[in-house]
Amino acid sequence: MQRRDFLKLSGLTLAMTAAGLTSLPVYAADPIKVGILHSLSGTMAISETALKETALMTIDEINRSGGVMGRKLEPVVVDPASNWPLFAERARQLLTQDKVAVVFGCWTSVSRKSVLPVFKELNGLLFYPVQYEGEELEKNVFYTGAAPNQQAIPAVEYLMSRDGGSAKRFVLLGTDYVYPRTTNKILRAFLKSKGIVDADIMEEYTPFGHSDYQTIIAKIKRFAGEGKKTCVVSTINGDSNVPFYKELGNAGLKATDVPVVAFSVGEEELRGVDTKPLVGHLAAWNYFQSIKNPTNDKFIKMYRDWARKNKLPNASTVVTNDPMEATYIGIHMWKQAVEKAKTTDVDKVIAAMAGQTFKAPSGFVVKMDEKNHHLHKPVFIGEVRADGQFSVVWKTKGPIRAQPWSPFIPGNDKKKDVPEGA
Amino acid sequence: MKSTLFSLLLWFLALPALAALDPGVVRQLAAEDSDDKITAIRQLGASGDADALALLKALADDALLTTPDGRVFLMPEDTALDAATGAAIDPAPEEYESISINNRIRAELANAIAGLRLLSAERATRLAAARELQSNTGIELVPILERAQSLENDAAIRKLLGFALAQANLASPDPAIRLAAVNVLADSANPATRNLLLPLTDAATESDPAVREAAADAIRAIESHLVIGQLLGQIFSGLSLGSILLLAALGLAITYGVMGVINMAHGELLMIGAYTTYFIQTLFRAHLPEWLDWYVLAAIPAAFATAALVGMLLERTVIRRLYGRPLETLLATWGLSLILIQAARVLFGAQNVEVANPAWMSGGVELMAGLVLPWNRIAIIGFTLFVLGLMWALMQKTRLGLFVRAVTQNRPMAGCVGVPTGRVDTLAFGLGAGIAGLGGVALSQIANVGPDMGQGYIVDSFLVVVLGGVGQLAGAVWAALGLGVVTKFLEGWSGAVIAKIVVLLIVIVFIQKRPQGLFALKGRFVEN
Repeated sequence: MQRRDFLKLSGLTLAMTAAGLTSLPVYAADPIKVGILHSLSGTMAISETALKETALMTIDEINRSGGVMGRKLEPVVVDPASNWPLFAERARQLLTQDKVAVVFGCWTSVSRKSVLPVFKELNGLLFYPVQYEGEELEKNVFYTGAAPNQQAIPAVEYLMSRDGGSAKRFVLLGTDYVYPRTTNKILRAFLKSKGIVDADIMEEYTPFGHSDYQTIIAKIKRFAGEGKKTCVVSTINGDSNVPFYKELGNAGLKATDVPVVAFSVGEEELRGVDTKPLVGHLAAWNYFQSIKNPTNDKFIKMYRDWARKNKLPNASTVVTNDPMEATYIGIHMWKQAVEKAKTTDVDKVIAAMAGQTFKAPSGFVVKMDEKNHHLHKPVFIGEVRADGQFSVVWKTKGPIRAQPWSPFIPGNDKKKDVPEGA
Repeated sequence: MKSTLFSLLLWFLALPALAALDPGVVRQLAAEDSDDKITAIRQLGASGDADALALLKALADDALLTTPDGRVFLMPEDTALDAATGAAIDPAPEEYESISINNRIRAELANAIAGLRLLSAERATRLAAARELQSNTGIELVPILERAQSLENDAAIRKLLGFALAQANLASPDPAIRLAAVNVLADSANPATRNLLLPLTDAATESDPAVREAAADAIRAIESHLVIGQLLGQIFSGLSLGSILLLAALGLAITYGVMGVINMAHGELLMIGAYTTYFIQTLFRAHLPEWLDWYVLAAIPAAFATAALVGMLLERTVIRRLYGRPLETLLATWGLSLILIQAARVLFGAQNVEVANPAWMSGGVELMAGLVLPWNRIAIIGFTLFVLGLMWALMQKTRLGLFVRAVTQNRPMAGCVGVPTGRVDTLAFGLGAGIAGLGGVALSQIANVGPDMGQGYIVDSFLVVVLGGVGQLAGAVWAALGLGVVTKFLEGWSGAVIAKIVVLLIVIVFIQKRPQGLFALKGRFVEN
């Protein structure tokens, strides 16, 4: 019932998207089609809509500076509506009907896992822009977000440091699906290696779209009241974050008592929340809007102008965040690789991607690893400010290499750091 | 914040001679190392100086600036003022940033600021400061706490100061002072205190056996207080969830329970109520910003009217043609729900919209130590009672209510005695829809408002009505509160995912055993 419902709706959405596309200016030399696969409705729309806008903005930027090899890029936007099986259908449609050269998309790991077989079968190319749990290395995918050693592990190490509050007890709180479960498995193994016992770790999961966090906040309070400094590691995804942070503020759980560090909450997710009671709670990312450097100033200005020009909802308050930066980097790197390979052929582009570098808004030159399809990225830890932005309290000296196979999961030491068949 | 800065400016302009802060200490606030910053904050906190208070507040608000060469200054408006002396710096530094603080420094700052505020002339300020000092009070605050206590003549504040002083004294090197402190804290019923006392029960960190024993006793005393608080908290969150379920289901209790229409579009009527709230909020933001805090009150009648109108329209155009054909009604109303969802997408966009809690519904009231009841949930429980009362009065005390009951009990006979059954159907459906709209107002305050928000509540609403007994308003009340409390206790025990499954299983088994629900109307009508 649910799926049919979604199919109908997406049919409609699709018809509308198609109508919208035909009204775009048609370019003379045959354009390169580029797929954009982000949920524009449902529970993940809060996070993914901004990525679609970023992708469109970046494509527009590339087109205005002459396109790729003299050809314009033509975006094909589809809405998989936070429905995981629909992601696979839309991906197949992009690759077989629209014949796109590359797809930029997905946020949740469950959606990425859903489209993977399609990309492998049809030898497509996917750029995945969000931090994730690792444990994956596919020839057809480039991961421009962080692997666990580029986000989760440094964040927990910071919490255990003196400045992070010397945390001794950990609540691992997440949405119930593959990313939080795997990340928490890695974190549990990591914490154990640091001498934290099981009794000092609490793991909690909620369904997607959960909106009543009273019990969980009460549980956290009780857990924190059992002695030792406690902190919360949140892998809650999607719009559940709004009721979670609202409840956190209302229940008076302050960051100085029990800090919450989040891996899927950035500037965009906090837009709908009054952040004054949340000052001091943390997030770990590879980019924050508050980072000051000329590249970032340009990036922020470009997105603000884009929002104003396209009359996005609340265009006056738009923000940039880490997955948006990763999307931006991904599209530019793909352009560079296509220009290097002089073709959009998937295998040749994959080969040309190795070692690509790009001056990122984070202020560092990030590099695509020669082998493992992941970016070398810097890590930042930020505290929420009263204005909903983050102030960086800790950062790495420079970009660090990704470890998609976390050493904290047994058996991973035998896995190869290159995708199979590459 | 602006007013703080402004008063700060006045302060510095008016009292330059009083600025007796040590420039070395002030410079140290901009140190790279957190430990240096904390030493400086503690020194300023211990000074008892009003200028130090202003300076620390500026640091907490990110308003204290520093140059690359380590000068520390403030910049209210356009002039830069030296933080130690208050003298204007001319020309203002070109390159500067605000001094960054992290949670550890923020906690120190909060303590230092609260300590300085204890010397304020205003009782409310002192009380708030004393409350602030009920957790993590460090030994460095002892002198200022003692000074404040000797000056204090308000009993409530003195008691709080006693606890704060005892907390600080737990770190005292003198076992006698520690023992006295532990005995004071036994009465505090504060979970933060419990954490402070725990190390004192351990022989590795506490050498004096008398202190260890007293600490263990104190922890037991505090725990017995906390258990009550936790139980009350769980019951409250159960009632809160129950009240939300009830609000979501009350409208359905009329349209399905009383009229027998299986309305799959019920969730979308909730959604319409929530979007009306959003719309009213937007209107208030644009036209009546000074009344913004009260937009919710204006949204209540508006949401009722909008949802009721939509409901009556649906009844007139579609549902009325399908009375007595439950299967067709089910399909038709489901189709309607899809149309309504898509309409919301077209009108407001597919993304969630932001409905902010008014200031008076943010935060919470601390009923007892460790038990904070959020205002928005209290307000929703009150609102549920109001809606329930309204509905009861409508159904029992008005002519319309009498007609509705007559028509649903025996339609031909009601028609015979002159009740306009067609119009009564429309009005009753409109009433049910309107009440769903009211539910939407409440939901907008705690959950996300998006086009498909209604889908999440339709199952719960049917559960409540079926469990309570179809045709029974009182049943719906008990069913909603029961489901709420059971869910919350299960969640506490097994987590949210399992709790949801277990509740569904319980309801299925219950309905199997007792298909008529909790309460059934006895023997008054013939099943048709």
